[in-house]
Amino acid sequence: MALLDYAGALNLALREEMSRDPRVYVIGEDIVLGVPFGVTKGLIEEFGPERVRNAPISEAAIVGSALGAALTGMRPVVDMHFADFVTCAMDEVANQIAKSRYMFGGQVDCPLVLRMPYGIGKSAGGHHSNSVESWFLNIPGLKIAIPSTPRDARGLLKTAIRDPDPVMVFEHRGLYRVVGEVPDDEELIPLGCADVKRPGEDVTVIATARMVHAALEAADLLAQEGISAEVVDPRSLVPLDRETLAASVAKTHRIVIAEEGPIRGGAGAWLAWVVMEECFDDLDAPIARVAGPNVPIPFSPPLEAACTPDAEAVVAACRQVLK
Amino acid sequence: MTDTARPDQLLEMYTAMVRIRRFEERVRELYANGRIPGFIHLSIGQEAVAVGVCAALRRDDYLLSTHRGHGHLIAKGGSLRALMAELYGKATGCCKGKGGSMHVADASVGFLGANGVLTAGCVLAPGVGLSIQLRKTDQVAVAIFGDGAANRGPFHEGVNLAALWRAPVVFVCENNWWASTTAHAVSTAGGSIAARAAGYGIPGVALDGNDGLAVFKACSDAVARARRGEGPSLIEAQTIRWMGHYEGDPQLYRGKEEAVEGRRRDPVALLRDYLEGKKLLDAAHVELIETAVRAEIEDAVAFAEASPLPDSRAALEDLFAYYPWRE
Ligand SMILES: Cc1ncc(C[n+]2csc(CCOP(=O)(O)OP(=O)(O)O)c2C)c(N)n1
Repeated sequence: MALLDYAGALNLALREEMSRDPRVYVIGEDIVLGVPFGVTKGLIEEFGPERVRNAPISEAAIVGSALGAALTGMRPVVDMHFADFVTCAMDEVANQIAKSRYMFGGQVDCPLVLRMPYGIGKSAGGHHSNSVESWFLNIPGLKIAIPSTPRDARGLLKTAIRDPDPVMVFEHRGLYRVVGEVPDDEELIPLGCADVKRPGEDVTVIATARMVHAALEAADLLAQEGISAEVVDPRSLVPLDRETLAASVAKTHRIVIAEEGPIRGGAGAWLAWVVMEECFDDLDAPIARVAGPNVPIPFSPPLEAACTPDAEAVVAACRQVLK
Repeated sequence: MTDTARPDQLLEMYTAMVRIRRFEERVRELYANGRIPGFIHLSIGQEAVAVGVCAALRRDDYLLSTHRGHGHLIAKGGSLRALMAELYGKATGCCKGKGGSMHVADASVGFLGANGVLTAGCVLAPGVGLSIQLRKTDQVAVAIFGDGAANRGPFHEGVNLAALWRAPVVFVCENNWWASTTAHAVSTAGGSIAARAAGYGIPGVALDGNDGLAVFKACSDAVARARRGEGPSLIEAQTIRWMGHYEGDPQLYRGKEEAVEGRRRDPVALLRDYLEGKKLLDAAHVELIETAVRAEIEDAVAFAEASPLPDSRAALEDLFAYYPWRE
């Protein structure tokens, strides 16, 4: 096991996959120097400018060209810079990438990865802070991975790069410097395979990305009161590991779903539906959700903090479902 | 008209134009008779662009097309049966009935899709070009788009990126002077689309898009340049849309003069007259081609008519390569 941060683990995944498969290339704005998060740092020395491509500020063309390349035999990995800017390439993602295989009647593979640095942090303000994964949940044809640890980040990105379909990998900005153990040996983590990050008996918290860490912190706090919380990380939203979620609910009978983005229309609403569909009879209390308020992310630190769901919010929600 | 094509190529081009013309006419009829669902955008009058461009391409070159794409697919060598069946929404269609007129695709001939979103191909094309460069083949990618589409941002992003990369791409603007009900003159600053090439440091030419040989010549030059690794070009082929924007369009925005002018500049007749002048074609031969083409089209219609509609379960297939999970 090596200790790597989340950015370093993603970097490792890119290096491993680029070494393994000459069809893989990375493209994005400022990726040669790996600005601003360091994920693509150093790739240029190993793989050269053909495969590590700084692009002009042309989000539609960066994402659209990746589709053109994917349809004709390449495996592009796009760095979206900030997930917020995907709006400038929304047609390419929503109408073109997501639908190509389907609308072609299955004639083509579409193996491309969109790396989506997202989320709240450091007063980045309303245009650089959003949790937009839920938008894409509503677009059939996209797979969505959302790692919370360095190990998961590496294993999921590797799988995403090898997948014959488009995969969006949501990387929380606040996690890039989080350090964790990453196996020395190659590890692929399949999509659709949830992970129980902490076993427990009394309540289940389903959480994604940064909220997994908030949930683990909450579980520590709850343990001091003698409450045992289980933390389940779906790791991918599409495909979704229904079985692991249902098994946890069957054990604890009480559930909290935590995400960072606005509560209205969030991924948590879909997860709550899935839980209800899978195991309504196992539930002993209504499902509680932890999420952001329905506002853009404000700039000023106290305002930003007020919009950032945290461990305390998870604790409060757990207490509520345990009442 | 002047030509740079071989006699057999010239006859092939003529046949392809007739094939598109008769196909579109037949589609018009079938649509009016309720045999074809959805919306239809016909390319009658614009055949010289499709044929001139594709005559300059190999089967393994790529074409990214538009909502008005039947002719492009036919010219690229796509199967008439699979195309017609797709228009019908049949299971045997090239997209198994999941595309339809505006979204026909046939990867087997490098036809990477008509597209319901204007200008979409302009940003895919540099990526296809990049893929060609990285795979080290000598293929070429062509993006066709309308004059209206040239006013969307992706045109500029796509041309810039392709030029920056010296990608083997040809951008072909099919300028029929209309974007639905909106005229070129009131929507397009600068007046010339070809002139925009200068801003990106690539060659741009405007030409008579009713002259199939002129299109062929310009596209051949652009393709040769692309294959030599010298980068993209922009061709503005000026033509005339004879029919409405879509089938059923009352065309309240224009008078009859354009239709008259269109028929005077009929690309099929222009090429036929030219070939007759060169003694490569005579009335009997024209008749033979007509008969053969009509037979092909009737075969495609019969195929489409006889084909089954898709099973409703197929609606949930083809989204991903495989489904190891329950949605
Ligand atoms: C992004 C987008 N905006 C609007 C439309 C609706 N629309 C379809 S065709 C068309 C006119 C297109 O004009 P042009 O690009 O010149 O092509 P033509 O129809 O003349 O072949 C419009 C506005 C669309 N399909 N996509």
